[in-house]
Amino acid sequence: MSIFTAPTLAHYLVLGAILFAISIAGIFINRRNVIIMLMAIELMLLAVNLNFIAFSRYLGDMSGQVFVFFILTVAAAESAIGLAILVLLFRNVGSIDVEDLDALKG
Amino acid sequence: MAFAENLLAVLPEVVILTSAALILIVDLFIDDERRHITYWLTQLALLIAACVTLKTTQLDIVKAFHNMVVDDMLADLLRMTSFVAVSLMLFYSRSYLLARGLFRGETFVLTLFVLLGIQVIISGNSFLTLYLGVELMSLSLYALVALEKERSGPAEASMKYFVLGALASGVLLYGMSMVYGATGTLDIDLVARAILAKQGNSLLLTFGLVFVVSGVAFKLGVVPYHMWIPDVYDGAPTAITLLIGTAPEFAGFALTLRLLSGALQGLAIDWQGMLIILSLLSMVLGNVVAIAQSSIKRMLAYSTIAHMGFMLMGFLAADLNGYSAAMFYTVTYVLTSLVSFGMIMVLSRIGFEADRLDDFKGLNQRSPWWAFIMLLVMFSLAGIPPTVGFYAKFTVIEAAINAGFLWLAVVAVVTSLIGAFYYLRIVRLMYFEDPVDRSPLETRADARTLLSANGLLLLLLGILPQPLMGICVIALTQSNFL
Repeated sequence: MSIFTAPTLAHYLVLGAILFAISIAGIFINRRNVIIMLMAIELMLLAVNLNFIAFSRYLGDMSGQVFVFFILTVAAAESAIGLAILVLLFRNVGSIDVEDLDALKG
Repeated sequence: MAFAENLLAVLPEVVILTSAALILIVDLFIDDERRHITYWLTQLALLIAACVTLKTTQLDIVKAFHNMVVDDMLADLLRMTSFVAVSLMLFYSRSYLLARGLFRGETFVLTLFVLLGIQVIISGNSFLTLYLGVELMSLSLYALVALEKERSGPAEASMKYFVLGALASGVLLYGMSMVYGATGTLDIDLVARAILAKQGNSLLLTFGLVFVVSGVAFKLGVVPYHMWIPDVYDGAPTAITLLIGTAPEFAGFALTLRLLSGALQGLAIDWQGMLIILSLLSMVLGNVVAIAQSSIKRMLAYSTIAHMGFMLMGFLAADLNGYSAAMFYTVTYVLTSLVSFGMIMVLSRIGFEADRLDDFKGLNQRSPWWAFIMLLVMFSLAGIPPTVGFYAKFTVIEAAINAGFLWLAVVAVVTSLIGAFYYLRIVRLMYFEDPVDRSPLETRADARTLLSANGLLLLLLGILPQPLMGICVIALTQSNFL
């Protein structure tokens, strides 16, 4: 079987899993700046959306697609709050490097 | 079902949402000297919501909005306890907030939105509702942590909380999408039915379960998903730490119960194994690392991790005994947390946070009464009779032994002995050391009365635990968590 056949559910799930893994790596491996973390979080929600839509189409059930609309809306609110905190952080710490977030530890 | 009947099931949520919106508008037209109007309106909203909940409480289970929400005894009980916790939090933190310029409309409105999110989780009966509740609660909490704009600690704590909280939501959602794919529905009752009938791909289901359990563990803050707890507890203003450490615990418990017991009871064998690991690691790491802390807020953060491990130990028995023990544990732990963080705020004043262990030195000489209340709290956290902490620990250990986890119960006893060391260290500091700082302790009369009553309640519940335990059992039985 070639991978160039029409995409099946498994293809979408694998793509979703890869995107999800990239986003997790983006949060934990990333040592540079916080904006990359915010991007990784967005990517993670998109991976979940892809899963929901693939399942929804496969099962012929609408509720998965409705869930995606809610996730998209919440993701927008989440990035708004994330960026607001980022601005506050830059004002107080003077940097958005992950390594400079080390005042609290123990 | 008529629209009005649907609304009746979520009336307490409607009350909180409307009053949050009204308070936001009213606050616009109030100047700083009369900000207490907003404060009292918030308390009034909590009182009305509590009365409405009591008035609409009934024994049977009502599903509303196409099974999206459920109004059962469990929901009513947890709503009531959350109202009490938030109201007490506002009473205890009033002077603290005033002293730090946080006595503002947005603090109260965001607190109400946190409460609304908690209520949505408590009465959620679908993955969608649970997710929306979790996000409403978490997003408001991120903003509350960052409310003190001039210091860098809260900003950093808020950023860490945000990144790890968003990661947790993502993991939880990924798990939900897998369970949805395996069962074809988002409705918790239908998911449970599909799993019991062995429909759906079991590989997908187990895969989804791992992510759901991880997401829930992140929100509860158990090891190895605990990284955010110490930093957030330490960095946030104490009043907000008090909020994070109390009412959201009810949401965490309800989320665990609705997802693991409500939807995934058919996979109990699988999640029991995961919860054993989470519970074991939390009890050991929480209690051991807490010993090394010099900040009382960090120490209490690690103590929270350990206590959530204890709560899960009751939960993983996966029967009525275990659930009621876990619920009793959560309720009494929140009551204890309210006093412990309330005491830090009693000791703090403008420009002084009282967040080091040394700030409790010689408290007995400064105020024997507060030293006694703090003694009760520490005894309760350590699980020393006759305080309620003893009975709470006793019931979860009993539930674990009945379910056949004797070795886990032994570990629990050993770790709580280790835990007693750092709780009793505070008692030693209070009674056997000389105070460094002798400034008088001033508290408002209402906070003083309520904090004392709350402290004495720990003793009273320790002597008479049966009524509260009975209520927990009835609520769980009536809500079909058997």
